[in-house]
Amino acid sequence: MYHSIRTVPIDWEQLVSHYSALSILKNAVRGNRGWARAWRDPEPKPAYDVIIVGGGGHGLATAYYLAKEHGITNVAVLEKGWLGGGNTGRNTTIVRSNYMIPGNTMFYERSMKLWENLSQDLNYNVMMSQRGQYHLGHSPAQMDGLRRRGNIMRANGIDAAMLTREEVRKQVPFLDYTQSARFPVHGALYQGRAGTARHDAVAWGYARGADKRGVDIIQQCEVTGFLRENGRISGVQTTRGEIRASKVGLAVAGHTSILGQMAGLRLPIESHSLQAFVTEPLKPMIDAVVSYGAAHFYISQSDKGGLVLGGDLDGYNSYAQRGGLPIVEHTLASAKSLVPAISRLRLLRHWAGVMDMTMDGSPIIAKTPVGGLYLNGGWCYGGFKATPASGWCFAWTIAKDMPHEDNARFTLDRFARGYQLDEKATGPQPNLQ
Amino acid sequence: MLRLNCPVCGLRDETEFSYLGDATVQRPGMGNTDPAAWSDFVFIRDNPRGAHSELWHHVSGCRQWLVVERDTATHKIGTCRLAREDVR
Repeated sequence: MYHSIRTVPIDWEQLVSHYSALSILKNAVRGNRGWARAWRDPEPKPAYDVIIVGGGGHGLATAYYLAKEHGITNVAVLEKGWLGGGNTGRNTTIVRSNYMIPGNTMFYERSMKLWENLSQDLNYNVMMSQRGQYHLGHSPAQMDGLRRRGNIMRANGIDAAMLTREEVRKQVPFLDYTQSARFPVHGALYQGRAGTARHDAVAWGYARGADKRGVDIIQQCEVTGFLRENGRISGVQTTRGEIRASKVGLAVAGHTSILGQMAGLRLPIESHSLQAFVTEPLKPMIDAVVSYGAAHFYISQSDKGGLVLGGDLDGYNSYAQRGGLPIVEHTLASAKSLVPAISRLRLLRHWAGVMDMTMDGSPIIAKTPVGGLYLNGGWCYGGFKATPASGWCFAWTIAKDMPHEDNARFTLDRFARGYQLDEKATGPQPNLQ
Repeated sequence: MLRLNCPVCGLRDETEFSYLGDATVQRPGMGNTDPAAWSDFVFIRDNPRGAHSELWHHVSGCRQWLVVERDTATHKIGTCRLAREDVR
């Protein structure tokens, strides 16, 4: 008998669908005609085990981890528009885990750990760049506050370093260090593992990973109501017909109140517009994320060279995905005050996303009082960095019908019970957070 | 830029105002000892997409509190009236 390795057929589909240097080579040899679409576009089935409403990063991550960690693959993700077209594609792409309120700290650190291996896990390059984040302090009192935060981080095994003014100046020399600086830099809390990731790739990577494991991703499918049986949710009504499932998870931050209202829930959430900005491209200048301590402002540089800026909420309830000019002026004034060198730079684009602002500034990942309905929302400013842990914890909560330790405090009833997670201590006033 | 038609000062830029939020929220009576009523008052909001009654303070103008009818999807401003007219 003659045996040869040649008798084993080459799995061309596997070779080209698993992204690698080899798949690039194989596809090049075949004239690049072998690239398949990254996920299917299936018709909705009449019923699933779990329906996730919302095809942004959080919803797709939830579906991915339901399939990967819990073996629940009969799952549909319903998206009214296109994948990642909401806040997943509208944020400033910053990833960090410098939270100090119990309940937040380890949740965001779980997220950071998932981020660090996300490209490998998904076999999709999310361009995670751990370029470091400087959280600036501008007064002795603020430095004390940052030191406390840094100590809590380190006590929980999270990297944090206090930097003096001189150290900050050496590493980020382009800030205003003159005598006339409106808010002098006293130092910074530095997290070296923080950084940025490419937000679209996160949605696409999770979509591809979930799809490969059997999840149906259904776009252009808006949920218009809920089906109920015996007081429990038994499915959803959509613009593409009724779809049944005994478990429905909401991951629709920005519009959580709207979906909640359909299910009869009144929530501790207001929707607000948050703007983001990109300038014309520059040569490499800002090689880290810098957060202003004196105003709500943060800046980084994209791989294309544009400076990415973010600031305050517009300040009034809004579902419009566009922002007003007063905040444009305010954010650019902050930019100029912190980095005077960019005062003549032109703005290329600005846009807004709709934030679920909870009454304490922290998210909700929990079962709701409505049987079969699970809620993931209230992400305020912090949704993007939370994406992996949010999906991971929400999948756990749905699969096991109980929260994981890391999202145990993100309950819906914490407000009534007096257990708010008010990281910034602003009280129940969303436009101050 | 939103422009609010203050009944006292006339049409003014939003930057003269400070925003509080939903004007339909009513503080429970001081004799109300139901924790749920107070929790609702402090935390729970309808958060509609569309018509919204909201409180604005003309802090850099006449310092009057206003009830403004505004659409949260289009930002179209409806009527602006003095909040004290609503006090019962």
